Amino acid sequence: MSVTTESLGSRSHGDRVRGTAFYVLLLVSVTIGFLLLGVLLVDVIRKGIGYVDPTLLNEPNSSDPNKAGAGPAIRGTIYMMILLLVMVVPIGVGTALYLEEYANRERWYNRLLEINIQNLAAVPSIVYGILGLAFLVRGIGLGRVLLAGALILTLLVLPTVIVASREAIRAVPDSIRQGAYALGATQWQVVWRQVLPASIPGIATGSILALARAIGETAPLLLVGALTYVAVNPTLLGSYTALPVQIYQWIARPQEEFRVLAAAGIIVLLVILLTMNAFAIWLRNRYQRRW
Amino acid sequence: MTAQDATAAAQPEPIRLRGERRRWGEDVVKGILALCALVSVATTIGIIIALVEPSIEFFREVSIVDFFSGDRWAPLFTPASFGIQPLLVGTLVVTFWACVVCLPCGLGAAIYMSEYARPRVRNVLKPALETLAGIPTVVFGFFALTFFTPLLQDLGLGVNVFNVLAAGLVVGVMLIPVVASVSEDAMSAVPQELRDGAYALGSTRLQVSTRIVVPAAISGIIASYMLAISRAIGETMIVLIAAGGIAKITFDPREQSQTMTAFIGATGIGDIPTGSIEYKTIFAVGLTLFVITFAMNMLSIRLVRKFREIYE
Repeated sequence: MSVTTESLGSRSHGDRVRGTAFYVLLLVSVTIGFLLLGVLLVDVIRKGIGYVDPTLLNEPNSSDPNKAGAGPAIRGTIYMMILLLVMVVPIGVGTALYLEEYANRERWYNRLLEINIQNLAAVPSIVYGILGLAFLVRGIGLGRVLLAGALILTLLVLPTVIVASREAIRAVPDSIRQGAYALGATQWQVVWRQVLPASIPGIATGSILALARAIGETAPLLLVGALTYVAVNPTLLGSYTALPVQIYQWIARPQEEFRVLAAAGIIVLLVILLTMNAFAIWLRNRYQRRW
Repeated sequence: MTAQDATAAAQPEPIRLRGERRRWGEDVVKGILALCALVSVATTIGIIIALVEPSIEFFREVSIVDFFSGDRWAPLFTPASFGIQPLLVGTLVVTFWACVVCLPCGLGAAIYMSEYARPRVRNVLKPALETLAGIPTVVFGFFALTFFTPLLQDLGLGVNVFNVLAAGLVVGVMLIPVVASVSEDAMSAVPQELRDGAYALGSTRLQVSTRIVVPAAISGIIASYMLAISRAIGETMIVLIAAGGIAKITFDPREQSQTMTAFIGATGIGDIPTGSIEYKTIFAVGLTLFVITFAMNMLSIRLVRKFREIYE
């Protein structure tokens, strides 16, 4: 009959033990990834930091590990980053604007478009490599050139940019649009002068994260021919190599010296990527508006 | 006659809210944006054509029955043999060991972030997980080969220099953020009332998490699992680097084995002549890979829609 305060306030011993055990398990699940990340970073830095020097940053690859560098590879990666930025951001933001501001959700083709983009986001990256091999390298005879690599990476991260841009556009409250319409703005004026400026921080953050992902991709580039010896600076329609591919090439060598060189290359790659990530997160925290 | 008629005559037309003329610029803009959207449609169509056309040629030379039932994969040997089973088994074993890590840890991380962590902790954890997800796979591959495998050797597991175990486990770690973020989305979509109700009945936090939140978010959790499995099947660099290059049917994770993706990567590196049978194997294996991952992705997308419909 009577419910005492003790029975409400206290838990059985078994409940407490189970609760604590579960909590510990959860903590382990969360930390295991970071633990490994920490070990990975320490391991890579310990192995490779001694090799991060001007030779690595400037010289081309060589069969002598003491002379080998990743100069052309680093420049190839930077050129590709610029090409990507120019191609993926306009197409990605354009698609996001179409889907969020113009498309009628009731239409089957717009729903299909959305599912298509979601699906593309999960297609294995090597399949994009096959696409590049079939159409760009062989199909239209572009060959194994920088532009082919950049085009394939563009298609690869396009879904990521679209999803991030859509989220940023969706976060702009409707009252802003209504206000602009009430003042007589046309739809494009609303989009161009109100919606887009308000969503730029979100779009920029998403695009930088996507770009960072693209720069680290290796598998599709193997198929569109980044795995060649390149001594000169890459050009748009010339042979090229990229930093992750160069790293893979070194890992694949059996000699220990090249493994060390690979670790040094990884340090350079991670510095570029973590800088981009940190910048994106800073941008989000600095400019994100709460409506 | 009256004043009213006079005003009506003075205002012959009502005020028109629509623009005087059709604004062609607006249509052009809409057309350009739709063209942008078409790029992703063209990508899908391109992928399908790129895979299917050479695959048809491939299956003209190799019977489709031999391809799926054969247990010897040796396309570069004479006599060549095109049984894909070794690659399927290799992929399966890598995926299994990845799942051993990423399914429980991803779910645990999601429960922690959604039910246990304070907002401040969550605000640190989320970008940290994003960063973990942003580490290039070639780096994970290096780690699996040069750190994890020696570690397993030191533990006395008797693993080969190239082995499926290290590759699979590292793929699993890479996928923890994938499972965690999709599952966490589903869990935070569970209405707070359900939790409050359970607490009011005297449930512990453990009971609320495992008996209320997880069952309520189950379709999202399964979706995250499907996505992770699909990503594990499609992962290339880690297995290419750490799992070795010999295609054989073995379920022993300490040995080396080749996956579908590793075969495509290893074969695609060389400058093989267009039209040769080796060239076409890339596409036949690629098509198999694409069909498997496509099916899993569609299932995952459907499940995500389901939980969105229920709670949002």
